[in-house]
Amino acid sequence: MFWFLRRGFASLIMLWVIVTLVFMSIHFVPGDPVELLLSQDGGSADPATVQMIREDLGLNRPIVEQYVEKLKGLASFDLGRSMVDDSSVSAEIARRLPRTLELIALAALISLVIGIPAGIYAALHTGRAFDRAASYLAGFAQGIPVFVLGTLLILVFSQMLKLTSAGGFVAFSQAPGKHIGLLLMPSLSIGIGLAAIVFRITRASTLEVLPLDYVRTARAKGLGDRRIVLHHILRNALIPVITIFALQIGSLLGGTVLVEYVFNWPGLSGMLVSGVNARDYPTVTGVILVISALFIGLNFLVDVLYGLTDPRVRK
Amino acid sequence: MSTSDPTARPGLSISGLNISFRNKDGWTSVVRNLGFDIAPGETVAIVGESGSGKSVTALSVLGLLPQQSTRIEGSIRLGDRELLSLSPKDLKALRGNAIAMIFQEPMTSLNPTMCIGEQIAESIIAHRGTSTAEAKAEAIRLMEKVHIPSAARRYGEYPHQFSGGMRQRVMIAIALACKPALLIADEPTTALDVTIQAQVLNLIKELQEEEGMAVLFITHDMGVVAEVADRMVVMYRGDVVEEGATTEIFANSRHPYTKALLSAVPQLGSMSGSNDPQPFDIYDINTGLADEASVLKSTVDMSQILLDVKDLTVRFPVQQTIFGKVTARVHAVENVSLTLARGETLAIVGESGSGKSTTGKLITGLLHPTAGTVEICGKPMRKDTRQSLSRSVQMIFQDPFSSLNPRLTVGRAITEPLRIHKIATEKERDDIAASLLTRVGLSPEIARRYPHEFSGGQRQRICVARTLALKPSVIIADEAVSALDVSVKAQVVNLLLELQQEMQLGFIFISHDMAVVERISHRVAVMYLGEIVEIGPRAAIFSNPVHPYTRRLIEAVPVPDPSRRLDRHKISDSEIRSAVRPGDYVPPARTYREVSPGHLVQDADPEWAA
Repeated sequence: MFWFLRRGFASLIMLWVIVTLVFMSIHFVPGDPVELLLSQDGGSADPATVQMIREDLGLNRPIVEQYVEKLKGLASFDLGRSMVDDSSVSAEIARRLPRTLELIALAALISLVIGIPAGIYAALHTGRAFDRAASYLAGFAQGIPVFVLGTLLILVFSQMLKLTSAGGFVAFSQAPGKHIGLLLMPSLSIGIGLAAIVFRITRASTLEVLPLDYVRTARAKGLGDRRIVLHHILRNALIPVITIFALQIGSLLGGTVLVEYVFNWPGLSGMLVSGVNARDYPTVTGVILVISALFIGLNFLVDVLYGLTDPRVRK
Repeated sequence: MSTSDPTARPGLSISGLNISFRNKDGWTSVVRNLGFDIAPGETVAIVGESGSGKSVTALSVLGLLPQQSTRIEGSIRLGDRELLSLSPKDLKALRGNAIAMIFQEPMTSLNPTMCIGEQIAESIIAHRGTSTAEAKAEAIRLMEKVHIPSAARRYGEYPHQFSGGMRQRVMIAIALACKPALLIADEPTTALDVTIQAQVLNLIKELQEEEGMAVLFITHDMGVVAEVADRMVVMYRGDVVEEGATTEIFANSRHPYTKALLSAVPQLGSMSGSNDPQPFDIYDINTGLADEASVLKSTVDMSQILLDVKDLTVRFPVQQTIFGKVTARVHAVENVSLTLARGETLAIVGESGSGKSTTGKLITGLLHPTAGTVEICGKPMRKDTRQSLSRSVQMIFQDPFSSLNPRLTVGRAITEPLRIHKIATEKERDDIAASLLTRVGLSPEIARRYPHEFSGGQRQRICVARTLALKPSVIIADEAVSALDVSVKAQVVNLLLELQQEMQLGFIFISHDMAVVERISHRVAVMYLGEIVEIGPRAAIFSNPVHPYTRRLIEAVPVPDPSRRLDRHKISDSEIRSAVRPGDYVPPARTYREVSPGHLVQDADPEWAA
C-alpha cells in the first residue's frame, strides 16, 4: 500500500505548488490588475476607484498576509467573489462543474465502448476489411474539428430529423429525458474524436503485445481464445491506453469550450472564457484552480489504475 | 489421454516432415524430410545452430506456426493420433494437456500482469474443468513439486518477483499441469546461469522419471545434449545430417558437420598442463577436416602494467524513504583490485549479478566508482583524464545486433571513434576502415553497406574492427562471444587471440562461459556478489579451485561427454544470492591467502558456504 500513499502525498504537494503559482501570477504579472480591469475602454482609470477595488480585493495588504488569507479561503472552499456581479465564484463553479463533468463522462464512455473493442478486433484481424475501414474512419474522425462535427450533428438530428432541439440545457431534476437528450449530442461530438484516438492506441498496443513470448505461452497452454485475449493480451495492452486516455480527458477539463458554445451548454469552460473576457480575476483563478485540482486527481486515479493493471508499478 | 499409467503413454513419431514458409518470392523450405521417434520415458535432443530448423520443428508439433504463411507436409503422430489433421479445436485441447512446451526465455514467457499461481491454475481449469479452489490447491502442489520454496505464499506473487531460474520452474509447473505425454523443451536453460542450468536439467530428469513422459529437447549446447539426451538428431539448415544414440554420436560421429560441431565445443579441462591460451581448431563443415590451430608464442610482458585497479567499489541505492534516506543498496562492486599486464588476458567470471559487467564499465569510465582508483598505463582515471584515457581502453559488447547503429554504414561505424577524437582526415579514415576490415577477416568493400546485411558473427567482427580503430592497449570484451553459434564463437575467439599475438593487446574477458574462458585466458578472477573470491593463473584456478563458489561454478558446467554426467545428488536448489543489502550494511573486511604463487583466495565467509 506504500506506493498508494506516496502518490497521494505527491498529488497534494503538486496541488499546493499550483495554488502558489496561480496566486503569484496575479502579483508578478506586469501592471496592476485593477488598473487593467478599469482601463479596458482605452482611458486611464480613476485612481480613487482603483484604490477602492484594491482594498476590496485585499491587494493593498502585505503579500504574505494575502497568501495566508488565500490558503485559508481555499481550505473552506471559498474562491472569492466575482468582480463583475459580486456573486460567489465557488457557488457558480459548483453549479457549472457537474454539467462539464457529465459531458466529459459520457464522451469518455462513448469513446471507450467504441474504441477498445474495435481496436482489439482490428488488431486481431490486421489487414482485413474491418481493420482497413476502421483505420480509415478513425483518421477521418480525428481530423474533423469538434465544431464542424457539432454543427453537422445539429443539422442532421435537429434540423432535418427533428429528433432533439439544437442545444440548450435543462436540469436533470426538471426533465430527465430532455436533459439526457440535450447531453447526447455534445457528448457525441467530443466522444467520436476521442473514440478514434482510443481505437488507434488500442490497436497499436495490442499489435505490440501479440507477438510476445507470454502470448505464445498462453497459446501453448491450450487456453480458449477468449481467455487469451482478455487475460493475456488486453490487460497488458491497456497500459498505454490508460496513459493517453487520461491525458485526453485532462485536456478536456478546460477544453470543452467549443462544444459548450456550439450547443449552448452552460459548463465550466464557458465560465472560464467569459471570465477572461471580463478580466474577472477571482473567476479565472477559481476555475483554473478547480481544473488543476481535477487534473491532479485524475492523474492520481491513473496511477492507482496503473498499479491495479501492472503489478510492477506497485513499489 | 492423460492417464497416469506410464506404460500406456503414447510416444511421438515424426516422419517425412517438410515445413515451408511463405515470403515475397514464394515458398522457402525450412525443414526437409525430418523423421524420428521418441518413446515414452525417452529424451531425444534436436541439435543445431541458428537457422537449422530445430525450433520450427518444435512449434509445428504443437500447431503453433502461423497458419496462413506455413505449409506442413508429412506426419506427426502422438500414439495413434495424427496431429497434422486435427481440427483447431482438438489441437487446442491437446496443447498444454497431452503435449506441453517450455521456452527459452523465462524472463518474458510469463504474463507480467497475472500472478504466478493463476498462470498455473488456468491451465488446469482449461483442460480438466476443475473448480478454482481445486485448481489453486493443485497449482500449489505443482509449485512444490518443481521445488519452489514456500509455494503457498508465493502463489499470489508476480513474475517480476521471481528470478530467472524460479520463473523457468514456474514454466515447468505449467507444462506439467496436466501430466503431458510429451514435453517439448526449447532451449530451456540457455538464458540461465550454469548453476541454475544444472538445477533445471536435473528437475526435468527427475520429473520425467516420475511421470514417464517423452521429452523432446531442442538445444545448441553439446554439453547439455551429453547431459540429458538418450538419442540425438543433428540438423543443419533444415536437413537431418545425423541421428543416433548420444553416446554413439559423441564417440564416433560420421557426418563432417557433426564432427565440426563437436570439435568446436570448448571442453572444460582440455587445457590442463598449459599456461597460455590455445586457439580452437577450425573444422571445415563440408569435409570435417581440421585446420589445426598454430601454437601461440607467449605474449605476456609483466614489466608493462596496462591496468591497475585498486579497491574499486560502486554501490547504487535501490530503495529510499520519502525523505531520501537509503534503506537498501546494491553493492554491485565491492573492493575489487586487479592488474593487467601487456599482452595478457584476464578473464572475469561469475553469474548474473556478480558485478563482472559493472567492473568492466568502471574500468572504461562509463560508470564512476563510489571509491577506489583505476590507473591506465600509469595514469589515474579522473574526470579530466577520462576522455584521453578512453582511447586506450575500448569495449566489445555481447549483442552484435544492438551494438551497431542500424543507420550508420559499417565504414562510418568503424571510424566513429576517430571522428570523436578528431583523428585523421576523411580520406585517411576510409583507408583505416578498409585495413581494419581486412584485419578482422572481412572484405573492405563492405564499408559502404549497413549492419542489417550481416550475420551475428560478421557483426561481431565489425565491432572488433571498431574497437581497434583507436589502437587501444586494453580491450574489454563483455560476453563478446556468448550470443554466437559454437562454430562462429570459435572463429571470433581465434581472431581475438591473433590480434593479441600481433599487437600485444591486454584483454579483460568478461564471461559466464567457463569453457571459453579456459581456452582464452592467462589469468582468471572469479566474482560473486560484487567481490573477487578467487584470482590467479588460469591453470591454477581450473586444476585447483579452492573457494567453495569457484568449485560449485566449475562443477555445474555440463561436460560434452555422455559418459561423464553430473552427479545429481550434489546439485543444491539454492538460488544465486542478491547483492542488495540493507542501507546500514557495512561490508566486512576481507582477507586473502596465497595458495600458490599469484593464486589468491578470499578466506571463506560462512555466507558463501551454501
